[in-house]
Amino acid sequence: MATALDDRPAPATPVAVQSPFRRFVVDFVASPLAVFGFAVFMLIVFVAIAAPLISPQNPYDLMQLDILDGRVAPGGKSSAGYTFFLGSDSQGRDMLSGIFYGLRISLGVGVMSAIVAVFIGMSAGLTAAYFGGRIDALIMRIVDIQLSFPAILVALILLAVLGQGTGKIIVALVAVQWAYYARTVRGTALVERRKEYIEAASCLALGHARIVFRHLLPNCLPPLIVVGTVQVAHAIALEATLSFLGIGLPITEPSLGLLIANGFEYILSGKYWISFFPGLALLLTIVSINLVGDQLRDVLNPRLQR
Amino acid sequence: MTVFIVRRLIQSAIVLFAMSLIVFIGVYAIGNPVEIFLSGDADQAERERVIATLGLDRPLWEQYWLFIEGAARGDLGNSFVHNRPALQLIIERMPATMELALAAMALAIVFGIPLGMYAGFRPHSALGRGIMAGSILGFSLPTFWVGLMLIMIFAVELGWLPSTGRGQTANVFGIATSLATRDGLVHVLLPAFNLALFKLSLVIRLARAGVRENMLMDYVKFARAKGLSMRRVVFVHVLKNILIPIVTVLGLELGSVIAFSVVTETIFAWPGMGKLIIDSINHLDRPVIVAYLLVTVTLFIVINLVVDVLYSVLDPRVRLADVKG
Repeated sequence: MATALDDRPAPATPVAVQSPFRRFVVDFVASPLAVFGFAVFMLIVFVAIAAPLISPQNPYDLMQLDILDGRVAPGGKSSAGYTFFLGSDSQGRDMLSGIFYGLRISLGVGVMSAIVAVFIGMSAGLTAAYFGGRIDALIMRIVDIQLSFPAILVALILLAVLGQGTGKIIVALVAVQWAYYARTVRGTALVERRKEYIEAASCLALGHARIVFRHLLPNCLPPLIVVGTVQVAHAIALEATLSFLGIGLPITEPSLGLLIANGFEYILSGKYWISFFPGLALLLTIVSINLVGDQLRDVLNPRLQR
Repeated sequence: MTVFIVRRLIQSAIVLFAMSLIVFIGVYAIGNPVEIFLSGDADQAERERVIATLGLDRPLWEQYWLFIEGAARGDLGNSFVHNRPALQLIIERMPATMELALAAMALAIVFGIPLGMYAGFRPHSALGRGIMAGSILGFSLPTFWVGLMLIMIFAVELGWLPSTGRGQTANVFGIATSLATRDGLVHVLLPAFNLALFKLSLVIRLARAGVRENMLMDYVKFARAKGLSMRRVVFVHVLKNILIPIVTVLGLELGSVIAFSVVTETIFAWPGMGKLIIDSINHLDRPVIVAYLLVTVTLFIVINLVVDVLYSVLDPRVRLADVKG
């Protein structure tokens, strides 16, 4: 965020000194829609973390389930007198609790894969930009080739080869995402690398690692954050899709995608709620992240800065 | 031009080689190839026969060569489930996927361009904003969930449209297609719309951005000054100019439509390649998986190549930049 200020000419009249972070917050809050998105996302994160504490029922504790409560419509009562606000699935599970637990898994997998992908993509992108030449050409060619195939196909190939499992789906999501980060970081780093402060650092005979991580990296972060937000949403959607198809998470990890898949067979008999509400939760998650990402792009993009 | 095409051809060949290597390593080196080409109930004699035919006692590069040779002959083993050549199964399913993809593309273009142009022409009107909000929703909605909701609304609640299968097909040039019969067209509507949703949003955005950009250009002012009607300027001059990016992006997206048909085909029980691969993964029908991966990757490389060449024909700046660089 500091860079956006660095390369602007000094203002003619002195303006109130603002820390970059404060400036960032003020810019971000300017869009009520983005604030709303952020609030919704924070609520979702809270629900995901606190799922065991706030769920009306532990949906995976068989002692609490009664098969006679299966497929109760939203608002109906269970045999124990408890209200299923969002209905229940074929096993008599409360959908609301199922969604809380599902969010936990979906968000966990999405965020985890994003962290690993950022790390790999960032390293690859920085290496390519800093060293240039053949290393750059090689890394970027791999990135180009991978990005010419749609994400779902790459994930499909990997899952077909690797098999099913939580670790494997994270590997597939990382493999799909790293290239976006690598390309973004390389693009920014190439511009930053030619600036005077990097030259100055080289003149001080600082090591490669120190220059890359202490000087270059922090200045490459803003675009990375923007891409990262959008990619987390993509990762969550992709995981849900793969799990829905039955090739993603195993049934022991009931993410939102699996919940929706469970309701698939009941759609035709008009029992919509088993698929409808988890999908709504998924949609809400993706839209709220995208709203935040859109505003971040506007705020962090130096070209658009007022 | 020739230089450009030759360069692209070489690049495609390298990618094809790399992808075949990845599939080979993935299936043969990481997984156990004997188990890939044998069903679970095979006996010891059959096991040894497979090891011999696959040449597993030979060096790795020789094995790779055998694999490529088999692929070139179209021999990728028999499906365990259908007990027929895997490649043949895939080729048979291809028309269904292609017609679904084409129907989706057609929907995206037919609805996307007018909606996007309107939103670009009147960006601040209520309808223009509504269209843009809809396109953001189209980007965010998970395809598979939308598919379920479409079934719920149009097939279950309203009962207007069928939700499974291709319906009646008719032969056109020897290929069975649903697009030639009324029943088939009714069946294709829901899945095609489901598949088109994402592309529709994309076309709307491209058309809108294109119109907004082009309306500020001098040629529009000139055409208006010349006395042409706004209608003619927009539908002839501007439309022509916004088509170039739309055509390119859609060409590139054709591949992704085919890949995403995996989801739509599973939901609507559409008997195409996508449903076949998901069924095969669930049944561990490995020869079909390998064949599918190779066929799709080849398809993608061809699509990317064709789009690159077409783009360079449409827009000479690309070609020049590439030859210079």
